[in-house]
Amino acid sequence: MTKIAIFSALAVIMTGPALAAGTVLEPHPPTTFKDGWPQQGLNGTFDRAALQRGFQVYKQVCSSCHSMNLLAYRNLTALGFSDDEVKAIAAGYTVKDGPNDEGEMFERAARPSDHFVKPFPNEQAARAANNGALPPDLSLMIKARHHGENYVYSLLTGYKEPPADMKMGVGMNYNPYFPGGQIAMAAPLSEGVVTYADGTTASVDQMAQDVVQFLSWAAEPHLEDRKQTGIKVILFLATFATIMYLVKRKIWAQLH
Amino acid sequence: MSHSERLPFKNPVVEWVDQRLPVFTLLQREYGAFPTPRNFNYFWNFGAIALFMLATMIASGLFLAMHYKPSATEAFTSVERIMRDVNFGWLIRYIHMNGASFFFIAVYIHIFRGLYYGSYKKPRELLWMLGVTILFLMMATAFLGYVLPWGQMSFWGATVITNFFSAIPVVGQSVVTWLWGGFAVGDQTLNRFFALHFLLPFVIFGVVFLHVAALHITGSNNPLGIDPKGPQDTITFHPYYTVKDVFGLLVFLILFSAFVFFNPNALGHPDNYIPANPLSTPAHIVPEWYFLPFYAILRAFTIDIGIPFTDIVLISSKLGGVILMFGAVAILFVVPWLDRSPVRSAVFRPIYKVLMWVLLADCLLLGYVGSQPPEGINVVLGQIATFWYFLHFLVILPLLPRFEKTLPLPASISQAVLAKQATEAKGQTA
Repeated sequence: MTKIAIFSALAVIMTGPALAAGTVLEPHPPTTFKDGWPQQGLNGTFDRAALQRGFQVYKQVCSSCHSMNLLAYRNLTALGFSDDEVKAIAAGYTVKDGPNDEGEMFERAARPSDHFVKPFPNEQAARAANNGALPPDLSLMIKARHHGENYVYSLLTGYKEPPADMKMGVGMNYNPYFPGGQIAMAAPLSEGVVTYADGTTASVDQMAQDVVQFLSWAAEPHLEDRKQTGIKVILFLATFATIMYLVKRKIWAQLH
Repeated sequence: MSHSERLPFKNPVVEWVDQRLPVFTLLQREYGAFPTPRNFNYFWNFGAIALFMLATMIASGLFLAMHYKPSATEAFTSVERIMRDVNFGWLIRYIHMNGASFFFIAVYIHIFRGLYYGSYKKPRELLWMLGVTILFLMMATAFLGYVLPWGQMSFWGATVITNFFSAIPVVGQSVVTWLWGGFAVGDQTLNRFFALHFLLPFVIFGVVFLHVAALHITGSNNPLGIDPKGPQDTITFHPYYTVKDVFGLLVFLILFSAFVFFNPNALGHPDNYIPANPLSTPAHIVPEWYFLPFYAILRAFTIDIGIPFTDIVLISSKLGGVILMFGAVAILFVVPWLDRSPVRSAVFRPIYKVLMWVLLADCLLLGYVGSQPPEGINVVLGQIATFWYFLHFLVILPLLPRFEKTLPLPASISQAVLAKQATEAKGQTA
């Protein structure tokens, strides 16, 4: 995070005059959801199929660099996976546990109660593997950026050739949606980088939409519960308020 | 307070308690029979609403404190644990987070009402000053609370605000180190901020008690700003205002719920979902919306004031900004003596009435400027708005009564109420 912030700050300073060519663009939604993502709106819900596809994109692409420390495998049941499927997903990872009775640390298959296994053991290892940049944790990414879903979607689909007058840093990539226009992460998605089990064509646009919906769920897992509770609460309050208004009218009528 | 005046209660248990500790007599006198002006408008709901929000904040905060860990390494994840794993944790946390904003909304409207209808004037000066004390305590509590999630804005907000105290000449830096409990904002700062954040709401509650007690000595002001002249001008608090307060509160809670359930992060800042990082400063450090006008005033002071032709600086721009910012709230303490007009309500003060809305617009402009980076036109706008803010209180309030021709006051509240009803009835038949 620090490094990216410094890089972007440096990029702003170094490319000051060139910024006219590399102006930061306003994030936009995919054309499919130009009226809002499925989870948005008063009674928006997550599209479970998209969440599962998005998880697949995270698992096969993003997770090689980005952690999601706040999620546990057990949380994946909310995506529509059965308990057995979640067990199987967790079992695909190895975690370090211990110490055991002999005082030794040991490795074992992950269980649903384990948190997502990190790609790097610590920040230094992450930076060493990424040209000095630290891939941020994605658990809260959608809530931690202005324009949330639209920003991450635009970023993922927004990689372009840099403008001719833009001086790019070593190992940096041009993305007009990233502050400063230069991002350490190379375009992560390319046509067919994953093969969807449900037969959906894995275009860059499709994968970006799916993974953004997955990240949106990860950042706010109780979103559906919240909105459904909210509708009940507001209906209750509105009814109560109407009754109290009528009671108030009746009581005050005695005065006149 | 005389015991002989105590009327017996029918319920034997109530009567038994009341003979020994007359709490029911007190309730009956202060809320049952309490004579209240009959002409309140809906602005008079906000005191009760603010009290309800205080109770909501204490209740939700208590449950958060059961799961929160005030440690630099665990605070952020413990809040996320509340959001994800604690039963209804997301609800409790969003109520607390948005509750702070809605508490300020209620209190700001309550203060504006007080200014508009002259509720601070004799004999309610002390009542008003207790209110300003509550505002000060609320601001401190809100600031301390915003630090606790230990996100980027928490950390950098704490750094900026505590650094204000370094502007104090000579001892400034020592004061800051003392506040931090170290040489930087860190674990020990978070620990003490949590302790203070837990304590202050109860202090607020104590001052609110005094505020309400003082109100019950003087009685309420009213939109006409004239004193009740007899029983025909007042009605009992219960049931007339209890029912009106409940209705107003419910409408307020609908708005509050709209934020809690459908846009819980709209009033926050995305950067606070990034864990605190002392090595990375956010591009723009902005406080919560309810502090933005004061933030703009802080930044309006841009020059060092010194002795001419020397390098000696008497008031640095930083110190000047801090003085102005605290002064902007502190000035409210002396409003009862700055305003010389014998007429309370703006209804009968044609110029003051307009200037009150100008002051409101001025505060909104300050809020906007506070949210923007201090560049270009925003600096000048902030300075003009700050100048007007102090001009309003320091010059306009004392001098206006000399020029303003106030409208004639009605003979009594009941007369004004009946006259209004008569014109309304006429309008309906016509």
